[in-house]
Amino acid sequence: MNEKWNVSSSPHIRDKATTGNIMLLVVIALLPATFFGIYNFRSENAWLLVVVTTGTAVLTEYIYEKLMHKPVTIKDCSALVTGLLLALNLPPTLPLWMGALGSVFAILVVKQLFGGLGQNFMNPALAARCFLLISFTGKMTYFVYDGVTGPTPLADLKAGEAVDTMSMLIGNIRGTIGETSVLAIMAGAMFLILMGVIDLRIPGTYIVTFVIFITIFGGHGFDPQYITAHLCGGGLMLGAWFMATDYVTSPITKGGQILYGVCLGLLTGLFRLFGGSAEGVSYAIIISNLLVPLIEKVTLPKPFGKGGEK
Amino acid sequence: MNKYTERLYNGLVKENPTFVLMLGMCPTLAVTTSAINGIGMGLSTTVVLVLSNMLISMLRKIIPDSVRMPAFIVVVASFVTIVQFLMEGFVPSLYASLGIYIPLIVVNCIILGRAESYASKNPVLPSMFDGIGMGLGFTFGLTCIGIVRELLGSGKVFDIQVLPESYEPITIFILAPGAFFVLACLTALQNVMKKKALEKGDVKKAEKIGCGTNCAECGKKETCGNLK
Repeated sequence: MNEKWNVSSSPHIRDKATTGNIMLLVVIALLPATFFGIYNFRSENAWLLVVVTTGTAVLTEYIYEKLMHKPVTIKDCSALVTGLLLALNLPPTLPLWMGALGSVFAILVVKQLFGGLGQNFMNPALAARCFLLISFTGKMTYFVYDGVTGPTPLADLKAGEAVDTMSMLIGNIRGTIGETSVLAIMAGAMFLILMGVIDLRIPGTYIVTFVIFITIFGGHGFDPQYITAHLCGGGLMLGAWFMATDYVTSPITKGGQILYGVCLGLLTGLFRLFGGSAEGVSYAIIISNLLVPLIEKVTLPKPFGKGGEK
Repeated sequence: MNKYTERLYNGLVKENPTFVLMLGMCPTLAVTTSAINGIGMGLSTTVVLVLSNMLISMLRKIIPDSVRMPAFIVVVASFVTIVQFLMEGFVPSLYASLGIYIPLIVVNCIILGRAESYASKNPVLPSMFDGIGMGLGFTFGLTCIGIVRELLGSGKVFDIQVLPESYEPITIFILAPGAFFVLACLTALQNVMKKKALEKGDVKKAEKIGCGTNCAECGKKETCGNLK
């Protein structure tokens, strides 16, 4: 009887989704790409880099929060996701300590110093990737597949050479650990969409804008082969489905999400076609992350009853 | 402590231009890619600062209040030009690596700030010591930042290999973002040291090293935690 009269403040109806649940779903969705990457780069011992990078991210969060006497939040898996995403963005041959340093940078500098989960102003994993890319350019752009060193298919494409689109789809190519297999990434993305964790708005507008940009400025016109190669090459798919959709660093308004996707597509196209290096997804996403507060400001919806005729 | 050593202490520690006043951030961030650059920039600023403080203090009763800014700038710019030519003639390599930041000493806010807040109100000798203190404080700050950035970014200090050859330099530290990281970390470090001294409850010591501003004229002295 007493329970019926339990007085509490709103909200009274709660969804089952918690931060921990959502992050766990993201981890599950990343597993196909992770396992494919580990299998794909088995001769480079990619699993070790994945374990070290992910472990360091979780450990850094734990140690920092213990030292600062804050509630320890490693159970919500957000550090796990950050570490795993960073690992998937690293070339398999990277020395282990560099992966660990990237994890420390992601968690400590980008996430915790700005206030922890929900306060980071850009995607921690991508910020760490760019930190490593600037610091260790040579090691970060050294790609090996099956013992053979060479450029990624995307770099080949930029150089005007022919690429094998089919193997780019399956993933048995050079690249970072998690970005090579479009199929594995799409499997994870489908899972996230079905579970309602992400929707199509950001990745959809991102990819469509990018395709339009490539068609207009790519110099190949509407060439399906060229466009498919651009879509399957590099980190575009991983970035569009898993990193651009990060809740913390993407807009919450519907119009804002579309605008954000357009920004991402334009910047990625710009960096890939006119930039110095072949890849530009990481920079496009972290620059767009910085634009998010502005995007939310211009797309703020009107509350019901406001505005109209006076 | 007499008023001259007080001025030196003030510039080096209490009101350190880099870590406390946060003045002159443009050269602080831009030229500290190596320790030698930090020293060079700091010392050339010191020379200009001492000379301009001296001359402005001498002229403080002649310069009309309404045109004091242009007058200060003319004085500072003359000394900067002299220093620039001297450096170009005698230390051409340092001159080349500091580049545009030497003429930019003219608009360094430490120099104008000291002219405005100290030299234009005080006699010549204390003004010169104020310039020496502030200049050495600036040099100290820049050199610290330069040492850390050079060590992490290239494994060397003063161009001498310190870390083993196998050390992979973290290049970002000699690029622009590294300047922000190192400056922030060093400022945080000295704030921690100051906080420890404050927590011991020594009010006199707290006043000396507190926030680096003049508490008598501070609008927040009622609510300020430093003096409690």
